[in-house]
Amino acid sequence: MAENKYSAGVKEYRETYWMPEYTPKDTDILACFKITPQDGVPREEVAAAVAAESSTGTWTTVWTDLLTDLDYYKGRAYAIEDVPGDDTCFYAFVAYPIDLFEEGSMVNVLTSLVGNVFGFKALRALRLEDIRFPVAYVMTCNGPPQGIQVERDIMNKYGRPLLGCTIKPKLGLSAKNYGRACYEGLRGGLDFTKDDENVNSQPFMRWRHRFDFVMEAIHKAEAETGERKGHYLNVTAPTADEMMRRAEYAKEIGAPIIMHDYLTGGLSANTQLAQWCQDNGMLLHIHRAMHAVLDRNPHHGIHFRVLTKVLRLSGGDHLHSGTVVGKLEGDRDATLGWIDIMRDSYVKEDRSRGIFFDQDWGAMPGVMPVASGGIHVWHMPALVNIFGDDSVLQFGGGTLGHPWGNAAGAAANRVAVEACVEARNMGRELEKEGKEILTAAAKSSPELKMAMETWKEIKFEFDTVDKLDVAHK
Amino acid sequence: MSDMQDYKSSLTDTASRKFETFSYLPAMTAEQTRAQIEYIVSKGWNPGIEHTEPENARSNYWYMWKLPMFGETNVDAILAEIENCHKAHPDNHVRLLGFDNFKQSAGASMVIYRGKTV
Repeated sequence: MAENKYSAGVKEYRETYWMPEYTPKDTDILACFKITPQDGVPREEVAAAVAAESSTGTWTTVWTDLLTDLDYYKGRAYAIEDVPGDDTCFYAFVAYPIDLFEEGSMVNVLTSLVGNVFGFKALRALRLEDIRFPVAYVMTCNGPPQGIQVERDIMNKYGRPLLGCTIKPKLGLSAKNYGRACYEGLRGGLDFTKDDENVNSQPFMRWRHRFDFVMEAIHKAEAETGERKGHYLNVTAPTADEMMRRAEYAKEIGAPIIMHDYLTGGLSANTQLAQWCQDNGMLLHIHRAMHAVLDRNPHHGIHFRVLTKVLRLSGGDHLHSGTVVGKLEGDRDATLGWIDIMRDSYVKEDRSRGIFFDQDWGAMPGVMPVASGGIHVWHMPALVNIFGDDSVLQFGGGTLGHPWGNAAGAAANRVAVEACVEARNMGRELEKEGKEILTAAAKSSPELKMAMETWKEIKFEFDTVDKLDVAHK
Repeated sequence: MSDMQDYKSSLTDTASRKFETFSYLPAMTAEQTRAQIEYIVSKGWNPGIEHTEPENARSNYWYMWKLPMFGETNVDAILAEIENCHKAHPDNHVRLLGFDNFKQSAGASMVIYRGKTV
């Protein structure tokens, strides 16, 4: 026991934290970092430094190190791999013992894994590509308040994707006019309308007025159509107390779903809200403002698949995923990868989708991916094919921009989604036969016909969209 | 403005009432219904038939027509039960479900016969 003598000074990280012989335990938290080192720094040394700085290490030896068993608590860099097509960086795999992290705390996990280490001088850039959460840790997290199956039961929507619409203009409408825009969309056949993320409680529309008018819109649209409707009431607020006040009021007036921005609002607030939603039978829609700051640079930051896992553990029933086909085109395979991460109970390692680890979600419910951003009725066949039934397809401009108004725009999208689902169930190939399917459906829907004339036909180029960005895998 | 079309929907017009999935499409032909049943069977889901008085359509619990047809893969047998339910309750909505016992959810749900809407 007492063989370690204290000697002050700076040690090479790799002596302690580079352990290629280590076999990760089932209970370890594993991380894959993409490291761009400074010139001349050996890979093993910089990988070990990342393991050290994201776990127990500091820049010098301290005597209190010897009061504990650091060999147990340390992070271990256990493997290094080339990044295909990019010699400036490499992947490093680090294993952390589960006791380094507080139970159920995404805050704590990120504070360690993407904390000080990201400013470390020996690195030119650093990106957290993936995390494997052991099921033992997953089970300490509260997760999605309701999950996909419960949402379907609450909203009475089966056998098709759900349809939403973000209300525009995103800023400047009065509460009453805003409620009108919601009502028109809902009566036309949408399941949900959505607050824009920027809408919190500004002087032109305070939250409480918005909530009241929107609830009337929901009630009337439900009575008119006989279907269940909702609106994501954004409760994102300057303080967690204020957020909870808005959430409580949403519940009081009978809203089925509320909304939060989990990155700008913060993970502590998000986890608190998700727990409250579970306790109070509310659905929680999650927006991801600020994600592109973190995930867009291929060499630095946090990959979106990590942010996806973090949200599923922190809690949310919906999460924006990108559309693949809309104005914010994303890599198809990478998107399919994080859609699986949102919904599936077990996700296998699959480098072709950018997934570095097997991930067992245990009993944790799934999150519905939300496809939103620059999509319209011509994208519907591709969207239904890519996202399947357990998703929310959200058309903002693609609903509100219909020449006859929101109700007609909503009806056009509803007819289109149902026609695509019906055709898919009959075994037809949506991305090849999309035009025929929509054209046939438009014969009995003047709203769809008008929408198809308003927005330009897109080509269904299945093969080219499908290409892999190997250089970045 | 003259070519702009009004969206016809109101509280008093019972034709405005919808029935969730596929209710924005024209009523399915016999052939289309058959294709949807084939889909349910191909997924390994258990077909089930439910019906309700139109005034109670918003309830979660419609009346079960017998029990879900566990393990039934004969499309004609399923179609026949839908017919039997409709004949016994001609004024009611009749819906077909495909129960996915792994997800504990309905993988498919569609109203096959629309009763007199209210």
